[in-house]
Amino acid sequence: MSALSVPHLLGIKHLTREDIELIFSTADNFSTILNRRIKKVPSLRDITIANIFFENSTRTRISFELAEKRLSADVVNFSASSSSVKKGETLLDTVNNILAMKVDMVVMRHPHVGACDFLAQHIKANVVNAGDGTHEHPTQALLDAFSIRQKYGKLEGMKILILGDIVHSRVALSNIYCLQKLGAKVRLCGPPTLIPKNIESLGVEVSYNVDESLAWCDVVNVLRIQLERQKDSYFPSLREYARYFGLSMERLNKLDKHLTVLHPGPMNRGVEIESKVADHPNHSVILHQVENGVAIRMAVLYLLAANPSD
Amino acid sequence: MAKVLLQGNQFELTLNRLSAQLIENHGDFANTVLIGLQPRGIYLALALQKRLENKLQKTIPTGRLDITFYRDDFRRRDEPILPSALDIKFSIEGKNVVLIDDVFYTGRTVRSGLEAMLAFGRPAKVELLVLVDRRYSRHLPIQADYTGIKVDTRSNEKVKVKWPEIDGEYGVWQLTENESKAKE
Repeated sequence: MSALSVPHLLGIKHLTREDIELIFSTADNFSTILNRRIKKVPSLRDITIANIFFENSTRTRISFELAEKRLSADVVNFSASSSSVKKGETLLDTVNNILAMKVDMVVMRHPHVGACDFLAQHIKANVVNAGDGTHEHPTQALLDAFSIRQKYGKLEGMKILILGDIVHSRVALSNIYCLQKLGAKVRLCGPPTLIPKNIESLGVEVSYNVDESLAWCDVVNVLRIQLERQKDSYFPSLREYARYFGLSMERLNKLDKHLTVLHPGPMNRGVEIESKVADHPNHSVILHQVENGVAIRMAVLYLLAANPSD
Repeated sequence: MAKVLLQGNQFELTLNRLSAQLIENHGDFANTVLIGLQPRGIYLALALQKRLENKLQKTIPTGRLDITFYRDDFRRRDEPILPSALDIKFSIEGKNVVLIDDVFYTGRTVRSGLEAMLAFGRPAKVELLVLVDRRYSRHLPIQADYTGIKVDTRSNEKVKVKWPEIDGEYGVWQLTENESKAKE
């Protein structure tokens, strides 16, 4: 197999296991390229990519932009806060205007679930979802799984715990799909108010006991408490959350095994993760995740560019 | 039956001649490195490395260069070509580089190889060594410095080089369109 089964990356849900493995093996090659002095290849030199961000982002946006530039694509950036969206233009009109300037691919982040699917149905360009509402964030899940594979050499049979705010997280859903497709076992843990109802139907375990879950897993992916969505009081206070659900060195020291810690960022130090854990040289692979993000996004863009959408 | 171009003793003689020619021009290989083009040029590079190391009794730095991301036909083919491993553990800055591929046809692979190689530094001099030169079929003004054999082929024919490491035997065959289709 040497091509993706899809012309767009809308979510991990639509990918096959072979697709994910193809993205990983291609990303391995880009990783080698990113570690040499000249980090640029000319593959996408005749391609123009628009990064359209209707929501704030640091890591994802820089990572996509770097990936595009390392592949020699032409890049245009657009953020909703400084555009005609403020004047009432619809999503489709905005994007069609950008496409009229001959853009081949669109990378979009949008606060609404399904915005990328909608776009993919209406425009002639490859669409990459960089996060849609609380739905999916496929490249994040790919780089998380890639980072675990890098450390352990496999995902089959691994036990992965996703800890924290599941209900508001697009990373969680993409991670569940991605890890399960690669044969890993997934458990979710957090306060009951932050775990969606009926999530078990996806084949994941749910637990409210942090210490017991940490003892079960090989890898823990800590999700951010989304402070901006906390108006509805999902838990009494940040201090209480940190005490009952935060990942601390004390908790890791109680275990009789080594745990690998992931966090998709941005971190709230002292809330869901203690600084000592986040910066721990053996436990934390958080900065490797960021590094791998560029290679994974290069692989996705490279493989999608070979599948023009008509 | 496919036409045999090179086999057995003759294949061995050709490899020995190529390594002798390299020694003639590069002496003790003090400032020279070999780079094989992936996927199949690396077997020729390894075969020459073995012979040179035997004759000179020293290690000859040999790398593998993948040109996938430098091809000029990306998005013009039905499927993307998957990259192979890239492995150049030495600097080529100021070195004499011998670029090595098995079959030399349109010259497009070599052009991509030259571009890919420059990402590793600025060599003093680059030469091209090929096992089979399908002459009069170049699309670009590129010629080889060392050639195993020269053959005249039609554009619908194929030249296949086999190596013991991957194919279990070695030799060079010329296949007609029907023969190469039947093999696939």
